[in-house]
Amino acid sequence: MKILVAVKRVVDYAVKIRVKPDKTGVDTQNVKMSMNPFCEIALEEALRIKEAGFAKEVVAVSIGPSQCVDTLRTGLAMGADRGIHVEANSSFLPLTIAKILRSLAEVENPGLIFLGKQAIDDDCNQTGQMVAALLGWPQATFASKVVLDNDKHVATVDREVDGGLETLSVDLPAVITTDLRLNQPRYATLPNIMKAKSKPIKKMTLEDLKVDIKSDIEIVEVTEPPKRKSGVIVSSVDELIDKLKNEAHVV
Amino acid sequence: MHKLLVKLSSSSSSFSSNPLRHSKNQRFILPLLPSSITSNPFTASGSPPRPSIPANRFISRFGYPCSADLFRKSPTLCSNSTTFGVIWSSRCISSEAGRESIEYDVLIVGAGPAGLSAAIRLKQLCQQNNIDLSVCVVEKGAEVGAHIISGNVFEPLALDELLPHWRQQQAPIEIPASSDKFWFLTKDRAISLPSPFDNKGNYVISLSQLVRWLGGKAEELGTEIYPGFSASEVLYDASDKVVGIATRDMGISKDGSKKENFQPGVDIKGRVTLFAEGCRGSLSEKIIKKYKLREEVNAQHQTYALGIKEVWEIDESKHNPGEVVHTLGWPLDPKTYGGSFLYHMNDRQIALGLVVALNYKNPFLNPYEEFQKLKHHPAIKRVLEGGTVLQYGARTLNEGGFQSIPYPVFPGGAIIGCSAGFLNVPKIKGTHTAMKSGMLAAEAAFGALHEGLNMNTYWDNLRDSWVWKELYAARNYRPAFEYGLLPGLAVSAMEHYVLKGKVPFTLKHGKADHEATDLARKCTPIEYPKPDGVLSFDVPTSLYRSNTNHDHDQPSHLRLKDPKIPEKLNFPEYAAPESRYCPARVYVEDEEGKPKLQINAQNCLHCKACDIKDPKQNIEWTVPEGGGGPAYSLM
Repeated sequence: MKILVAVKRVVDYAVKIRVKPDKTGVDTQNVKMSMNPFCEIALEEALRIKEAGFAKEVVAVSIGPSQCVDTLRTGLAMGADRGIHVEANSSFLPLTIAKILRSLAEVENPGLIFLGKQAIDDDCNQTGQMVAALLGWPQATFASKVVLDNDKHVATVDREVDGGLETLSVDLPAVITTDLRLNQPRYATLPNIMKAKSKPIKKMTLEDLKVDIKSDIEIVEVTEPPKRKSGVIVSSVDELIDKLKNEAHVV
Repeated sequence: MHKLLVKLSSSSSSFSSNPLRHSKNQRFILPLLPSSITSNPFTASGSPPRPSIPANRFISRFGYPCSADLFRKSPTLCSNSTTFGVIWSSRCISSEAGRESIEYDVLIVGAGPAGLSAAIRLKQLCQQNNIDLSVCVVEKGAEVGAHIISGNVFEPLALDELLPHWRQQQAPIEIPASSDKFWFLTKDRAISLPSPFDNKGNYVISLSQLVRWLGGKAEELGTEIYPGFSASEVLYDASDKVVGIATRDMGISKDGSKKENFQPGVDIKGRVTLFAEGCRGSLSEKIIKKYKLREEVNAQHQTYALGIKEVWEIDESKHNPGEVVHTLGWPLDPKTYGGSFLYHMNDRQIALGLVVALNYKNPFLNPYEEFQKLKHHPAIKRVLEGGTVLQYGARTLNEGGFQSIPYPVFPGGAIIGCSAGFLNVPKIKGTHTAMKSGMLAAEAAFGALHEGLNMNTYWDNLRDSWVWKELYAARNYRPAFEYGLLPGLAVSAMEHYVLKGKVPFTLKHGKADHEATDLARKCTPIEYPKPDGVLSFDVPTSLYRSNTNHDHDQPSHLRLKDPKIPEKLNFPEYAAPESRYCPARVYVEDEEGKPKLQINAQNCLHCKACDIKDPKQNIEWTVPEGGGGPAYSLM
């Protein structure tokens, strides 16, 4: 069985971001980028499944500019067997990414597609679900435990939902998105980084995959949240009610 | 074993008949044991211009404790210092459970200006002489340039020698210095003085950006650079010669136990090892002590300063690209050496910083807070108003100059850049001399590996070079300030206009920085104003802008040699100076005001101030897990 893992190159979680002066987005020039933490967890889970003998190959795929190759190399250093880089010069919204992944799945025929539950730059939490819908495959999102039963071609997934944990049984092929508590991703060791240099990364274009990238959504403006105003200490309950009624308009 | 030999000989026959490469393969076979070999010569680095050249080194895997021991012939390999506590003994155990070893011709520790210049020079010499040497650079920052912070008004002298066509290669050196202003600050005024600097021909740059560019150039030439790996110890052979470094184990939790994702460090060996860790490099300091490199040439101790810097994006109308301003005086008192800088870069950005010499006497001095005060000075404030801070950072720098240069060659390698200490203090520039020292060491290493010469040629060539001439001429400026601000300024003027270093004497440095601190009861506490959140900020806000981070679940990389000294000495006698000079608020007194030290190692900016200034030298800065620390990109 082959596992396809989609990884995204995002602004590193520890970096302080700022909005570009023209308000078209977040300034990503000269800013440290890394693999999305949830994608690392997804890749780690795929590698563990392969090491347990349930899969033969783990393929990492990333969609974006040429620097995505660095992210794929990190994935290869963690243990993925090969990488696919889909060249794209602008950033895409989840539906476009899902369409691209659908085309790739039709080419690669994986038994499982792993994604992180959401990317830390847009917090969309949509791509995995959209891929499953486009492919007509079952989906198990926010996975905190994945157990494969290879004979039955079924995966038992514990999902972290608002009410607690939900256990699903999904037939393979399926789409699984990973949550924080699923595993602790491994470090890429120096010898593995060296070996990863010789692992192949296939470049593909959007024309190759025949994907229509026209988006129905356009980002109009990005602004910083308003600065927090300092609190006011009120002297009596009446004053509090007055402020709630007349200033905050909440009662 | 036989299968392996056959494999190697067949691959070696495909190499060019280069005696160097062939002999290297032969050397590998000897220490390996039959049962544990899974080596496979793999293709070399993926640098684009080169054809796939067979590897000239490979990895051996050791699965058994005995093989690891046998491979390391020396019992001293497990540790090189007496300061290890519980945590290190557990690391030693892991080292026997299978540490990999990788060999290179030249290993460079640190991807800064010196390290990368050495790598580039080595590869250039290889190309010119049609041979190949494998060069590896390890860097503790997550990326090349992540730990690089400097003023910086760049003198391109060394770069012109290294890469003469840098102007046509999109180097991030674009803004020529257009003016040299020098102000003496009082609380409210800025008095213009004739500038002692002449920056004509120099450029206002971000050193972090330049180092990233140099890293790209080094990789193009075939250097292997591995960011995210910190060199935690030096490896020696049976004859006490340096053979390489070991990277730090990853995935050890705070209590010393191994986490789920534990990975033992890797031994990286070099036939020549160059240490380019920057000012107060943790391994370089150990090497200097071990081989007594200062005593060998009667060098004095090194003296240091702490530089704290911010990059601001300011109003277009106030921005004047290329403007270079230096100040002296306020907010520092006449007994404390230091000053500030304000450089206008491109993109409406300015670099603003305060440098405070670490031999200050008053333990209540807080360099970070002094910097916050500086920003409220009318002359500085008017530039900053309406602007935003983009990044913040801090780093110590050398001020010892000529008098403190140690003998930089040791058995197995050499020390280059600020780890040795080539900063020209009156010019306040160290980048060009660091780069040149890297180039000279590379030439010596090439001679040693290719022609069998001695690494001592590095020292000889250093003394024949412009680095030596420059540092010799500049040697008396800084020590003159031991006598006070006015005598210092007077001597500086004399040196600059008349003497130019041509005097028969060399002034000496005063006490070492950590010994210069007076007792708290003899000094007056300093009251610092609260930050206003617009021009001045509290430390956590500034720290956020340095993008610094470490995995919190790891042992603290700041080691106390004696854990009782902070409460027995630092707190009562010196009022806990570490809680004042650390620009990252790593050291904090216990919340209840009790003299218990709390170390927030996760905040560390890797500036090394604590390693330098702690009165009893009780704090030892060691490397944390690789990839942690600040993420500078504009500094």
